[in-house]
Amino acid sequence: MGKKITIEPITRVEGHGKVTIHLDDNNQVAQSRFHIVEFRGFERFVQGRPYWEAPVLVQRLCGICPVSHHLAAAKALDVIVGVGPDGLTPVGEKMRRLMHYGQMFQSHALHFFHLVSPDLLFGVDADPAIRNVIGVALKFKDLAVQGVMMRKYGQEVIRATAGKKIHGTGAIPGGINKNLSIEERDEFLNGADPLNIEQMLTWSQAAVDLFKDYHSKNKDFIDGFAEFPSNHLSLVRKDGALDLYHGVLRAVDTDGNRILDDVDYQDYLSHIREEVKSWSYMKFPFLTHIGKKDGWYRVGPLARLNTCDFIDTPMAQKEFETFKAYTDGKPNNMSMHFHWARLIELLHSAEKIKELLNDPDLQSTDLVAKGTKVNEGVGLIEAPRGTLFHHYKINENDQIEMANLIVSTTHNNEPMNRAVESVARNTIAGNAEITEGMLNSVEVAIRAYDPCLSCATHAIGQMPLEIDLYDAAGNLIDKKSRNA
Amino acid sequence: MSEQITFTIDGKQCTAEKGDTIVAAAKKNGVYIPTLCDFEGLKPAATCRVCTVKVNGAPTTACSATVSQGVEIESNTEEITNIRKAVVEMMFVEGNHFCPACEKSGSCDLQALCYKYQMMVPRYDFTFPRKELDATSPKLLIEKNRCILCKRCVRSSITTNGKSLFAVAKRGNKTVIQMDKTLAADLSEEQAKEAMELCPVGAILKKETGFVTPIGQRKYDAAPIGSDIESNA
Ligand code: SF4
Ligand code: FES
Ligand code: NI
Repeated sequence: MGKKITIEPITRVEGHGKVTIHLDDNNQVAQSRFHIVEFRGFERFVQGRPYWEAPVLVQRLCGICPVSHHLAAAKALDVIVGVGPDGLTPVGEKMRRLMHYGQMFQSHALHFFHLVSPDLLFGVDADPAIRNVIGVALKFKDLAVQGVMMRKYGQEVIRATAGKKIHGTGAIPGGINKNLSIEERDEFLNGADPLNIEQMLTWSQAAVDLFKDYHSKNKDFIDGFAEFPSNHLSLVRKDGALDLYHGVLRAVDTDGNRILDDVDYQDYLSHIREEVKSWSYMKFPFLTHIGKKDGWYRVGPLARLNTCDFIDTPMAQKEFETFKAYTDGKPNNMSMHFHWARLIELLHSAEKIKELLNDPDLQSTDLVAKGTKVNEGVGLIEAPRGTLFHHYKINENDQIEMANLIVSTTHNNEPMNRAVESVARNTIAGNAEITEGMLNSVEVAIRAYDPCLSCATHAIGQMPLEIDLYDAAGNLIDKKSRNA
Repeated sequence: MSEQITFTIDGKQCTAEKGDTIVAAAKKNGVYIPTLCDFEGLKPAATCRVCTVKVNGAPTTACSATVSQGVEIESNTEEITNIRKAVVEMMFVEGNHFCPACEKSGSCDLQALCYKYQMMVPRYDFTFPRKELDATSPKLLIEKNRCILCKRCVRSSITTNGKSLFAVAKRGNKTVIQMDKTLAADLSEEQAKEAMELCPVGAILKKETGFVTPIGQRKYDAAPIGSDIESNA
């Protein structure tokens, strides 16, 4: 008799979703799906609000990655107030960048140390009672402390730039509302151990090394697990460098051919569309010129290292070279290498923070640029989880008339479905009994993408997530519901 | 020189000038009495009731009543604190006050009083009224969801050619503040700013700019409302 598996809640991801796996009579996978089961429209919520409220209002979309929304909205409004993405004052752009790298640093650190390290340190099929952040804290105390301190450092950077660790107000249309004081700067540069930039750099490098060491001992798992070909999309700097804050859109196919290059993102609508499917509230974006079937792509750390040509900070560039050499310079399609890429970005973010702290522009008082207002603007940013789109139109009274947001996790919708399918076929199918370890594998695959389901559903706050197994007759035969 | 009088507030010996309002007299003696509708330079309207005190046992509004020789005033008692808190809670449920996205947050008198009186959940049911945001004027917008009908704006002297910019329309729970769009269009930058600062909440806002004061430098970031007065005690 056929079966269907549902996994819910999926633990150690941010938000709420559900996986269902249908098995046929021979215990082979008939269909697997990763769905979003809740939806609340934020795009409607902002309609009618004065445009300058958007960066503060829309960041409430998510308690997990508010800085990304804050900045993407501000970038869209830069266009609306006629300053344009390239017209900020030096301190305006650099304070925002500092905020962004602070967010990237704390988000990547949190993800690796709290959400991923349990699987790596204890093994995917270890007892779930110890395979968690508490287990890490007990057995690998130093590592757990590093995770907490790196997160704290990143959050302090956010506080110094946005005014608050969560839901601040720093970025305003055309600029920023504060600069960085000398005292704040010196604290980040030379603060008491461990909260200073040198320690952060050392620990970031150590995290990359930890992953590489694990990789060398677990090649089959890291390389083969949820590996599948795909396109990759991200912003890159005009000259091809990795740039997490600003740039042009580039996409490469699985062989590394550029299928989108040097695209001004104000024009994203003519390159990207979203498909709606009846079984999920999360849409499925694709590249228009390639089409629904093959036009889907991955975003996030792995995609960014696949699209960019180089990294403009030395430590991360060195790691990037090793990373690229592993696939002979071709795009890397291994889901578990998201972790590797994420840690290289962690290191890059620390280097960028240091570079910015040493830049005297951060003490300038020329905070806001002015221009001539237009009624529409698009803001893109590389959020920790991938490319984030904010698009607004305003009416003649300065009220938002239309908002369209495409969040990182939505771009990765199809890839996460592919990853789940890959695990279902390779790990679960053909087994008479479904073990906890097998079900965790599904979560491990999803977790590689660090999805923020809170964002993807445009819900307010966080939600739990689940996995179920059904037979062909539709009977629930196994279920996973641990609380996140 | 005007006549000096003596009186007590919560048992504390105070002196003031004859003719001072209780709020002003208290201030001179380092006692903070909360106010919302009252604003320096404007004729008292006594519409909000948050300044309620008892004078020789009788409740009155301290912004409009003057102090007289020998009176005993009760202000920071449990009973009066509870009345003030109730007044603030009522204002909260009668409007749509969504502080997280309001640019007056941190500089809003209503929010500051909510913090002062530690309002968690209002004792009254939210009414979720349907109110409009009027952004049709080029310099100022009026967000009626946040208006507490203190009428500071209506009483103010922000006028163009002697005509009042703000007026009260309708009655009872339908009462709203209207802004004259033609007059508003002629406002100078300074006048627009003045109007925004006059409003105790985030109902009157200057357009095309917002959140320019960083968190940490807003009116009530450093110290709670009234502490400047109390520190003169
Ligand atoms: S708009 Fe502001 S100043 Fe005018 S009545 Fe309403 S709350 Fe008071
Ligand atoms: S301040 Fe006295 S009644 Fe409003
Ligand atoms: Ni999010």
